[in-house]
Amino acid sequence: MPLITYREAIKQALAEEIEHDENVCIMGEEVAQYNGAYKVTEGLWEKYGDKRVIDTPISEAAFSGLAIGASCLGIRPVVEMMFMSFSYVAIDQLFNNASFCRYMSGGLMNVPIVVRGPANGGTNVGATHSHTPENMVANHPGLKVVCPSNAYDVKGLMKTAIRDNDPVFVMENTLLYGEKWEVPEEEYLIELGVANILREGSDLTIVAHGRCAMIALKAAETLQAQHGINVELVDLRSIRPLDEETILNSVKKTGRALLVEENKPFCGVDAQISHLIQLKAFDYLDAPVHRVSAIDAPQIYAKPLEDWQIPNEERIIEGALKCLA
Amino acid sequence: MPAAKKKSTTKGSPAENFLQAPINANLSSEEKRDLYRTILGIRRFEERSLQAYNQGKIGGFLHLYIGQEAVAAGVVSLMEENDHIITAYRDHGHALAVGMSMNECMAEMYGKHTGCSKGKGGSMHFFAPEKNYWGGHGIVAGQTPLGAGLAFALKYKGLKGCCVCFLGDGAVNQGSFMETLNLVSLWGIPVVFVIENNGYSMGTSLARSSAEENLAHRADGFDIEWDVCEGHDVFEVREYANRAMTRAREEMKPFLLEIRTYRYRGHSVADANHEKYRTKEEIEEYKKNKDPINVLKAQLLADGSLTEEDAGKINLEVKSEAEAAAKFAEQSPVAPRSEIQTDVYWEVDNDTSNSLKGTYFFND
Ligand SMILES: Cc1ncc(C[n+]2csc(CCOP(=O)(O)OP(=O)(O)O)c2C)c(N)n1
Ligand SMILES: [Mg+2]
Repeated sequence: MPLITYREAIKQALAEEIEHDENVCIMGEEVAQYNGAYKVTEGLWEKYGDKRVIDTPISEAAFSGLAIGASCLGIRPVVEMMFMSFSYVAIDQLFNNASFCRYMSGGLMNVPIVVRGPANGGTNVGATHSHTPENMVANHPGLKVVCPSNAYDVKGLMKTAIRDNDPVFVMENTLLYGEKWEVPEEEYLIELGVANILREGSDLTIVAHGRCAMIALKAAETLQAQHGINVELVDLRSIRPLDEETILNSVKKTGRALLVEENKPFCGVDAQISHLIQLKAFDYLDAPVHRVSAIDAPQIYAKPLEDWQIPNEERIIEGALKCLA
Repeated sequence: MPAAKKKSTTKGSPAENFLQAPINANLSSEEKRDLYRTILGIRRFEERSLQAYNQGKIGGFLHLYIGQEAVAAGVVSLMEENDHIITAYRDHGHALAVGMSMNECMAEMYGKHTGCSKGKGGSMHFFAPEKNYWGGHGIVAGQTPLGAGLAFALKYKGLKGCCVCFLGDGAVNQGSFMETLNLVSLWGIPVVFVIENNGYSMGTSLARSSAEENLAHRADGFDIEWDVCEGHDVFEVREYANRAMTRAREEMKPFLLEIRTYRYRGHSVADANHEKYRTKEEIEEYKKNKDPINVLKAQLLADGSLTEEDAGKINLEVKSEAEAAAKFAEQSPVAPRSEIQTDVYWEVDNDTSNSLKGTYFFND
């Protein structure tokens, strides 16, 4: 199987879907002629032209709303946010119109758009460029959100997101763009709402999503090698819909859970998952559920401190040891 | 107010002669009576809804369109197969004009299952996509990028049509609208923005909210053609809107049309203070000289397409239709509680394979 980057996997998904459906178009700042701020869309404009790959002015509210309006008539726009942080100036469009129009119309409308872009910290750019709003998205019934942790997942989930008839956010990660994974050449899709067990184990369940799943994978190897702790790692992939069953089955097996995410802890995704575990696997727990999240402050600029603020291997190992104490 | 420097180059008929403009002169007597019926129907429907609101049968807000009826009726009467409209929360007039039934609209305000949105949207959120009517939006100017998107889709698909997106004089000061003006001009999108300038945004007069009172002039900053007209004469509305809509369809260009109109009632029915921020005389003056129903009636009586008898008959018909709608709404059931969690996700509602995996709703 070819090894390709996370970036290349997204590009392949976009290109395949542009070819698959004439109504799919990509829009966003610098996506066409400049080849994408992070080169995710490199070459697509050259190949598919102005109609399918569209540069926008710096007007997130206008082009998000435009995409929503267009989707009502069957266009399937994939909207790139240069950073998910910038979606905040389009909150009314995304969090009122994309999420609620279907409901407020009693089911007469649907909004098949994809909103994609990097949603991560760890890049030494300060608080305005480091948001991880998957929890905010998941808080809006009507929206769906996925956080792919690797190239294989991002390709399969992106393609599914584009074909889905509801609005789907795909949260990418700039720190993963250059990383490589094996991705098959033949076409595949990954269903929303299906978690992936990245590693089977018996002592402790770690639940993570996005890049944190990859960090947790490394931590799990260290925990095995240095502490003899056998970790089962559940990569959520999809936040809403959520694969509750896989989480619960794993926790019931191991009796312990550590929840890892880059979100700030208050009302983070793992707050919901923690509730789920205590409600539905209470009798199986041998220890309290622990969490490793971003340290609760605006994202700090200074690199050594930011590297400590968001979950890293060391903090995950510390959290795991607490679960087993 | 300074005189408007008309940027629009499209020629129209002389101001006093709108009934003779080709777009109106070709109307049959029946079509003219239909316009009268639409305008009168909106008025009677809203009067009846006001009564229901005052009886506590309608909750939330009730933004009445009374006084502005000729704007929606005029524009909608020009819609062709691939034309679409979208508006804000003052949406009853547009809904009835596109042909939504009084029953479904009234029932929606009553929060009933038989309402156009099954009681999930309320007065501000009426939708009828099959009639090319896309709401009904509660956030000021939030509908303006959507209107651009509907028109974008027409262009993308190579369809000849336009989207008319209505907004208020207060809405022009929202960033989303200004962003959208730039975008539609840049991309050549066939959207007509109609500013229904009724002089007030809630309790704030135009002079207290917009630095440049000629709202249409903003189009100049985005290289968009614009025009200004009065909204009490449905034939004037049709003449100006026709120019804008035709141009959008033919040339794939946006247009900004400011229509000067007036609302008789408060911002919403909860706005009991509306005689504090404007004078009684101002309201009476408009009612006396520019009431869209009276103006149209006089024109139709004069040109012989309507008799007093016809007018009386139409009045009785729409009044009893509104009365029947209230009864229908009253007698309709509220949706069952299980409906709270439907119409959230298309894939779930349609029971597709995409909806089989994972949890979509997080109940306690
Ligand atoms: C973003 C936002 N801010 C404030 C409001 C509250 N609000 C509703 S209508 C309105 C006035 C809008 O006036 P205008 O655009 O002139 O429309 P009109 O009510 O006259 O039809 C205000 C302030 C809102 N709905 N949305
Ligand atoms: Mg107003």
